[in-house]
Amino acid sequence: MDTIGLLLNTTLVFSTALILVALGGIFSERSGVVNIGLEGLMIIGAFSSAVFTYYGHEWGLGGASAWFGVLMSIVLGAAFSLLHAVATITFKANQVIIGVVINILALGLTVYLVKSLFNGSGQTENLSGIAFTKYNVPFLSDIPLIGDALFKAYPTTYLCYLLVFVSWYALYRTRFGLRLRSVGEHPGAADTVGISVTKYRYIGVLLSGALSGLGGATISLTTTYDFSHTTISGQGFIAIAAVIFGRWHPIGAAAAALFFGFTQALRFQAGLFDWSKSIPNEFLYMLPYVLTLLVLAIAAGKSRAPAAVGEPYDPSKR
Amino acid sequence: MQAFNKIFTKQETYVPFVAIVLGLLVGAIVMWLGGYNPWEAYGAMLNKIFGSKYDFGEAIRQVTPLIFTGLAVAFAFRAGLFNIGAEGQFITGMTAATWIGINLDLPWFIHMPLAVIVGGIAGALWAGIAGWLKASRGVNEVISTIMLNWIAYYLANYMVRVVMVESGQNRSKDIQETASASMDWLVSILDNARVHWGTLVAVLCAFVFYYILWRTRQGYELRASGFNPDAAHYAGINVKGSIVKAMMISGALAGLGGAFESLGVFKSMAVMNALPGYGFDGIAVSLLGGNNPFGIIFGGLLFGFLSYGSTGMSFEADVPNEIIRIVIGAVIFFVASHGIVKWFLKPFFRKRREERKEAA
Repeated sequence: MDTIGLLLNTTLVFSTALILVALGGIFSERSGVVNIGLEGLMIIGAFSSAVFTYYGHEWGLGGASAWFGVLMSIVLGAAFSLLHAVATITFKANQVIIGVVINILALGLTVYLVKSLFNGSGQTENLSGIAFTKYNVPFLSDIPLIGDALFKAYPTTYLCYLLVFVSWYALYRTRFGLRLRSVGEHPGAADTVGISVTKYRYIGVLLSGALSGLGGATISLTTTYDFSHTTISGQGFIAIAAVIFGRWHPIGAAAAALFFGFTQALRFQAGLFDWSKSIPNEFLYMLPYVLTLLVLAIAAGKSRAPAAVGEPYDPSKR
Repeated sequence: MQAFNKIFTKQETYVPFVAIVLGLLVGAIVMWLGGYNPWEAYGAMLNKIFGSKYDFGEAIRQVTPLIFTGLAVAFAFRAGLFNIGAEGQFITGMTAATWIGINLDLPWFIHMPLAVIVGGIAGALWAGIAGWLKASRGVNEVISTIMLNWIAYYLANYMVRVVMVESGQNRSKDIQETASASMDWLVSILDNARVHWGTLVAVLCAFVFYYILWRTRQGYELRASGFNPDAAHYAGINVKGSIVKAMMISGALAGLGGAFESLGVFKSMAVMNALPGYGFDGIAVSLLGGNNPFGIIFGGLLFGFLSYGSTGMSFEADVPNEIIRIVIGAVIFFVASHGIVKWFLKPFFRKRREERKEAA
């Protein structure tokens, strides 16, 4: 692969998780619930997929073990987000604080479990050979440059773009999407016409858990091949930035996530050019965060959050 | 007695206590499910904290940065801002103080205070970026401070690895003796536990916190802007200025915590391989303390002791010390969703009400 093809290809790899998690964030925020806990939900997903892919292989699932891991990460991600939903929707707790709690609990719990399951070791068993491998789309992958860049990717990447489309369709072309958005914009009005605010907010938060779990899984199954306390370090927060930069729209957020994925891919390519070799590593690692901040400084004022986001719904104040 | 009862039936006071009990219970259940003995583990924890003079001093050392970051988070919170960036401000404060500590030659009565103050200023400026972005560009401070955390982290690692490095080591040079903030007399009493002046400064900061917010005009303006920005603006308060000011004071508190961590405890800075976590724990501390400066001292003591004691748990009872993160997470969870706590307590209250009815 030539440099540009490789750069675009790694961009796809890195942005996959960000796109999935950002989609989750959109469902949650569109229903009116801020989810700072995306990072923690990703941690749960990365952990579950690493553990269950390993055990799936032990139990003789063979080639399907990675998909078993993915399934478990979706289920457990959603299950963990239930904690967020119960606290913030049913008990009207502060959404940002509960999000922070989700992050603390997820990291503590998963590292605790890893140490308990793998005899005190800080990371899970290595999954190379069991985890996903890149899939070359027949014929299309032979196209020069474009083939390298777009059609030699992991199956999760193709799944991710399918989900971008599905999310857009669900949010903007179905009754479900209209109701979900109405609950995030004006819960009082939605309630008056008989839409259950509680139900749609639960769905929004659980979807964010499922999608973040899946996003976390793509990292341990295509990038790190194991799970430790550093597997997820800030990607969940970058996904939140992608949601804001993408103006709470699936396609916008996917574009933003691609941009952030590109900045992450850049640092792996920096060693290839003479002029960039002398840049200290730390500055390359910093790049995604600096760019995110700059982008937000330029774009934040223009993007508008769902009107009721962050406020617990209280029918008595309708 | 009636007054005493009143204190404990007021939601703000009993919720944290019930939350702590529930949090420890959650920890016990998780340990029990994992096949460990919770009694033994909590016993080992207490033993670690109060077992020796050295350990007690070290536990106090662990508490100190938590009071600083707890105050930092709470100060921003009082002004309606959620400062998740105490972490980054802590790191910048630590880095700046270490640089002053290494590179200047001054008598101790100037050197140490100067390093501390520069640490505080560095934290203030770092937080000020987020404040400015919020005030002038409308960037949500939650997102911007998270980004600034990571930028501070990599910047600090660069400073340690390249600018201040002790050659051949993975850490910075040692700070000069004159910049040390250790309480030397107490260190020798407590068998070399690394106690330092920062603890006293932290307590002092709690009083300053109270004074600024509730005894000055500026504090009133900060609280008003946090409570209702539109009303505050209408009343002629400079809300944007208040945002920047509140963030900077918040950052200064976190920066001071970082400065003392280097000048008082480690005397140098290591290359970090993860965020130190004091800023995130500060959120927990400020919540448990009800964003009240004196509640925060209590919250800092609790979480500091828990974190320090957890090392004893893994050493003596073989329980992974991450269990304490679960306990801390659970405690904040219950404090934040006090509805759940009340739901747990409902049977008790109902009983009491019935008893009262019977008595009447």
